[in-house]
Amino acid sequence: MSIGIQIENIRKSYSDVEALKDISLEVKPNELFGFIGPDGAGKTTLFRILTSLILPDSGKAHVGDFDVLKDYKKIRQITGYMPGRFSLYFDLTVEENLRFYAKLFNTSLEENYDLIEDVYKQIEPFKKRRAGALSGGMKQKLALSCALIHRPQLLILDEPTTGVDAVSRKEFWDLLKKMQQKGITILVSTPYMDEAAICDRVALMQTGSILTIDSPENIVEHFQWKILSVKSNQMYPLLKDLGEIEGAEQVYRFGESIHLFTQNDTGRMKENILTSLSGKGYQNLDVEVQKPVIEDCFLALMDKSEEA
Amino acid sequence: MTQVERIIEVENLVKKFGDFVANDHLTFHVNKGEIFGFLGANGAGKTTAIKILTGLSHPTSGKVTVAGIDVSHYPEKVKKRIGYMSQAFSMYNDMTVKENFRFYGGVYGLSAKVIRERTDYYLKKLNMESYKDMLLKNIPLGWKQKLAFSVANLHEPDIVFLDEPTGGVDPITRRQFWELIYEASNKGTTVFVTTHYMDEAEYCNRICIMSEGEIKAMDTPAAMKKSYGAQNMNEVFLKIARNVEG
Repeated sequence: MSIGIQIENIRKSYSDVEALKDISLEVKPNELFGFIGPDGAGKTTLFRILTSLILPDSGKAHVGDFDVLKDYKKIRQITGYMPGRFSLYFDLTVEENLRFYAKLFNTSLEENYDLIEDVYKQIEPFKKRRAGALSGGMKQKLALSCALIHRPQLLILDEPTTGVDAVSRKEFWDLLKKMQQKGITILVSTPYMDEAAICDRVALMQTGSILTIDSPENIVEHFQWKILSVKSNQMYPLLKDLGEIEGAEQVYRFGESIHLFTQNDTGRMKENILTSLSGKGYQNLDVEVQKPVIEDCFLALMDKSEEA
Repeated sequence: MTQVERIIEVENLVKKFGDFVANDHLTFHVNKGEIFGFLGANGAGKTTAIKILTGLSHPTSGKVTVAGIDVSHYPEKVKKRIGYMSQAFSMYNDMTVKENFRFYGGVYGLSAKVIRERTDYYLKKLNMESYKDMLLKNIPLGWKQKLAFSVANLHEPDIVFLDEPTGGVDPITRRQFWELIYEASNKGTTVFVTTHYMDEAEYCNRICIMSEGEIKAMDTPAAMKKSYGAQNMNEVFLKIARNVEG
């Protein structure tokens, strides 16, 4: 049986900083749920409350039927936690780390090998290597193996892909998908907006508040504006010029193009842009209608929350 | 046409740690005023190369010239001409913003007057004047990174090296950070930058992609996408940088 999570009106402050401002949400059994937001959003604080490592100032949280305050021992038995900072033993080998964590939970590597196999077999050739001598991506795989070794029902991963390159990030997410298929409920946080698309549902977070919670598809669907993607031979001045065009709500660099948010009709707006920019010396000017991605939605929501 | 000035020239750079070849005959150059993106998977050899370019590590063989100075012979001379913003945050959390500026200005031998002027200039530019007496540890990461960039530029270096400056930073601040990079580049400062955000790779004038200690590709983002038949830099990266761990 997979377990779900209930979070009701959780608040937490550190001296004068409000890390979590009245957070409520529900995670469904066996969901792959993402917390997307930059540094300082409150993701780590929320994870530490759910893993019973710190106490909320007020509010309630349940993991399955267990209360994070009263039943913390039970929660620790069924939860696998991978903190943001690599916290395994640098001077133990890969295999020693894994056996150590297995022993802490009264189990063994052999007993639960089937669960961790997909992850562990990628680092098994280096099992005699000390953890301190592993590369970034391999450290993450070892940490995931250790978080899984006691067969948890809930897996909580705090920014497992920060500082990890694009190739290893993709592999890591493939592994999480496999763990979900084994019935594990997964909470994962990330500053990478593109990773949101892989989750069943996501909470976009910013400075202790939730901006929105929904499936990635719905978030993109409910984007309030239309987007025009603009390119030219000179991108730096283009950003400023586009920002001054009437009807441009927001403009952002977006990889090789600039995204312009507008509520106007896209055809009319395109003409507007081309007229305003003519005579300014731009070459290869290209304006296209663009579908929003999660990062567009986040930028729009962030801007709104700053105005409020 | 006048010859473009090369501010970094690397020829056959090799760095070995025991039997392990971290940098395998790297040859490349960076033009003055360019934004040069240095990409690669974890463990590809990027940090090793940056340490050599900045005079922190000695090459096993090969020739490395930075700002006209032979780095392996005159590492201390090079350090005066470059700014470096490391991956691990490099300012002091228990000092105020102003004290950090004063400290780094002092390290680079700037006069008290110049330090004061430039501190005021940068804080005004970043809209952070009211934070100058705040301890650094109380400042959000994105803002710290913008301060660290300013500090790295305080002595007006010819080149700034930025090692993953935007990791974990929110999407708006990330874009503001790149505004700072563009501004520095427009003034003639050369920018050498590493990142794991592939949209940021598009903001560079030229990119070099490393894998297994070697340079696998080097070109403008547009040319790279064309030659790999890719829609964006993320696709290019996934095609080039195979996972090489171990």
